[in-house]
Amino acid sequence: MANHYYDAADLKKFGNVSDFQKELGDKFFDWYGEVFKDSALTAKEKSLIALAVAHAVQCPYCIDAYSSDAFEKGWDEAQMMEAVHVASAIRGGASLVHGVQMMNKVKKLGM
Amino acid sequence: MKSLKALANKLADSEYQLEVLQREPERFPAFKDKLDTIGLNPLKPTGVEVFQINIGKMCNQVCKHCHVDAGPDRKEIMTTETMQQCLDVLKANPSLQTVDLTGGAPEMNPHFRWFVDEIKKLDRHVIVRCNLTIIRANKKYYDLPDYYKKHNIEVVSSLPSYTQDRTDRQRGDGVFEDSIKALQMLNDVGYGKEGTGLMLNLVYNPAGAFLPPDGESLEREYKVALKKDFNIEFNDLFVITNLPISRYLDYLLVSGNYEDYMEKLIDGFNPQAAQNVMCRNTISIDWEGYLYDCDFNQMLNLKVACDKSKQHISDFDVEALNNREIIIDQHCYGCTAGAGSSCGGQTT
Repeated sequence: MANHYYDAADLKKFGNVSDFQKELGDKFFDWYGEVFKDSALTAKEKSLIALAVAHAVQCPYCIDAYSSDAFEKGWDEAQMMEAVHVASAIRGGASLVHGVQMMNKVKKLGM
Repeated sequence: MKSLKALANKLADSEYQLEVLQREPERFPAFKDKLDTIGLNPLKPTGVEVFQINIGKMCNQVCKHCHVDAGPDRKEIMTTETMQQCLDVLKANPSLQTVDLTGGAPEMNPHFRWFVDEIKKLDRHVIVRCNLTIIRANKKYYDLPDYYKKHNIEVVSSLPSYTQDRTDRQRGDGVFEDSIKALQMLNDVGYGKEGTGLMLNLVYNPAGAFLPPDGESLEREYKVALKKDFNIEFNDLFVITNLPISRYLDYLLVSGNYEDYMEKLIDGFNPQAAQNVMCRNTISIDWEGYLYDCDFNQMLNLKVACDKSKQHISDFDVEALNNREIIIDQHCYGCTAGAGSSCGGQTT
């Protein structure tokens, strides 16, 4: 057993999750493949969305995969960083908007 | 920036390149073993159709990925004597319908126009791999679009991105701007325009250590972006994978990307692409007249596996060539990864 939780080499083994539950694994990867195809959004646009989401969920495997994928699909450094800022802004905003809840409570409690 | 040769870089030596490529055989399985698994070893030709002639290593650009190690400091160019030998072979072999002229910048060979004139007299389809900036490099080249048009030459030109940043990073400062102007000049005489029959194809290859994306989507993007930003039109986008040799190999090693890149190529091995590799219907000729299975083998000095007396254009023997075994090595993974790669783009 590795003595750390994340190993970059494990990304390549993602497909192995089907080994323990083939039916669900196969369904997931079929669906995953469909999701990222050119459709109403292009595969290139989806790649940038995936990069932003990868940061929002802080998945190191996804960040590794979609940093490569987005760059390979032609997004430049500034565009990719702006996508990360969008994810960060939503994350930050998600905390901050709860400040309204705090304010409501404090206003009710105070004189 | 100078060529590897001018810098006396060890990678200017083709034997050293092969030595590097053959390292770590357990991690990077031999290409021939991969072909064995699909019953394609030994790799045999399907018949020589394309005659790709490298008429010199001299170039006005020094691109970071160049497999030829071309540049202004390279003086090796084909003589008229060798060109005449090529013409003699073309005359004697009507099956060689396509002549693909490359370099370096082929237009910098002082005998370039004479050679093209003579090939066209033999009524062959001629492709010129034009780097675009040569058209803007000097007044004597300004009329190249008209010259190409006169002979209905198919122009194939590298433009690794429709943005300045990525193009210049790979091909040098100012290359994007000059390339755009050259494309506009080609469009002005009808190249790339619907109904003219004047073919202008662009070449994409990755500006970094990664494989190309899907060709169809990329072509759509290029067409929209170049039309919107520069009013440029073109026919097809050839999507090409960088092979790990010469300056691109140097880049991979220096940037620490070599192992990962080789793994990507090997993991991406596509049996269908292996069936369709360009070396099966192409013969590549170097500036001295020696024969190779492809331009990459040429740069690795891997001459065709025929009797030594039949490795030169002066002793061209189509039967011997059709019966030869194509020489393969680790760099060949570049042509079989993903959707495949050739001088005409993806192969599947």
